[in-house]
Amino acid sequence: MTETISTGLPMTRDNPFDPPAELGVLREETPMNRLRFPDGHLGWLVTGHELVRQVMGDRRFSSRSELHHIAIRRGNTPIGRRPPATPGMFIGMDAPDHTKYRKLLTGQFTVRRMNLLSARVEEIVLGQIAEMRERGTSADLVTAFALPVPSLVICELLGVPYEERHSFQEDTATALRLESSVDEAMAAFERVKDFIRDLVRRKRSEPGDDMLSGLIAADEHLDDEEVTGMGVLLLIAGHETTANMLGLGTLTLLSNPDQLAALRADPSLIDNTVEELLRYQTIVQFGATRTALEDVEIGGHQVKAGETLSLSLPAANRDPHKFDRPDEFDVERSASGHMSFGHGVHQCLGQQLARIEMRIGFAALFREFPDLRLSVPVDEVPLRTDMAIYGVHALPVGWS
Amino acid sequence: MKVEADATKCCGSGMCVLTDPDVFDQSEDDGTVVVLDAEPAASHHAAAREAAALCPAGAITVHE
Ligand code: HEM
Repeated sequence: MTETISTGLPMTRDNPFDPPAELGVLREETPMNRLRFPDGHLGWLVTGHELVRQVMGDRRFSSRSELHHIAIRRGNTPIGRRPPATPGMFIGMDAPDHTKYRKLLTGQFTVRRMNLLSARVEEIVLGQIAEMRERGTSADLVTAFALPVPSLVICELLGVPYEERHSFQEDTATALRLESSVDEAMAAFERVKDFIRDLVRRKRSEPGDDMLSGLIAADEHLDDEEVTGMGVLLLIAGHETTANMLGLGTLTLLSNPDQLAALRADPSLIDNTVEELLRYQTIVQFGATRTALEDVEIGGHQVKAGETLSLSLPAANRDPHKFDRPDEFDVERSASGHMSFGHGVHQCLGQQLARIEMRIGFAALFREFPDLRLSVPVDEVPLRTDMAIYGVHALPVGWS
Repeated sequence: MKVEADATKCCGSGMCVLTDPDVFDQSEDDGTVVVLDAEPAASHHAAAREAAALCPAGAITVHE
């Protein structure tokens, strides 16, 4: 059998709403293609829902960062291999290390704990909306709402003074921007780490009622580097992601007036709308990666030990074998089983928090601004096609 | 129907509680799965099956 080998990940989008069309073409051909990585490695690009799910659910496929070949380029040069995950950065580890760190946090992120935060999240959301009103009848929704809401929430949870956010927000953005060179990204990342390390030291001497202090108290064997790594992971994973869903989700709802009208007519559709937004707009556009620890037969293919699989969550979420009319945005469908938070033991730890933030955020936004509208044509909205996390760079909106 | 969960496999994603909070809960200490109703009424069968299918760690089994 001859195989098509794709060179480089498809990255060109035709419009703000759909993943690169080439992903759909590849998935149609076969849900698992050979992919030539920028460093020359011959690995795989997985686009089918069932196979993405299988790979993420199978521990023979490793999350260890030092094993991965990287499918994206940075500053237009291939990224070589990455070093092993630093202490506490459990997203890039396998069991038992991954389990040890994750277990220390799962009790903090349960559905019940997150529901208890609802009132506080609502307060934060209404506070931002009040500020938007005070400033007039137009705003960039990203800077006025989408970014501050999750930043305030995660800062409060972790015990990061919000006034000090400028020292990490810009650095986080630099680290996630694909145009940044490897050196720039690493330097920005190190600055975020220095900031959290300093905070961890302060918490050791003056504990507060927050998650970093809680971690320090929960396990006396955790050293500062480990708590710092966990803190950095939560801070970065916890604000850029939800922020982009809030921005892009608002654009999606404003661009689908019939769907927005359905939600307005029946506010109880909000939970379902959030799941459908997650499915339809899959912001983790490139990053999900696994490397085979041993030879594995999967999807009729023989994957060899050491081969890296790039898992396309956007393609999986548009797979017609899983979702009917996958390219339609429909707030009344069941989007259950979407891959936006991943699958397997690394499935997003903060997903219940993200859900609360999105449900409360969208509901309040469209309730408080009944005539919210885009202030520019859709094709002038700057898109984050150049970032590891997809979304909008800015979203000019107006109201009366 | 009989619902079983293996807390040692659980990764605390909360998907089961989100799907049917009458059948599943999460422990206060480490967020792992607790089965509240091991023999749920017929009205919960579909949700229990969905929870088993969604569980990211394959920790839930449903015996029909
Ligand atoms: C809509 C918002 C979000 C999306 C789409 C999202 C998506 C994801 C995805 C796809 C993964 C799996 C990565 C992999 O398996 O390689 C993940 C992991 C993770 N997420 Fe999220 N996330 C969101 C919000 C959050 C929030 C709010 C937090 C924290 C407060 C968070 C913390 C984490 C952590 C700690 C991990 C690593 C889990 C592990 O390795 O066990 N995320 N997220």
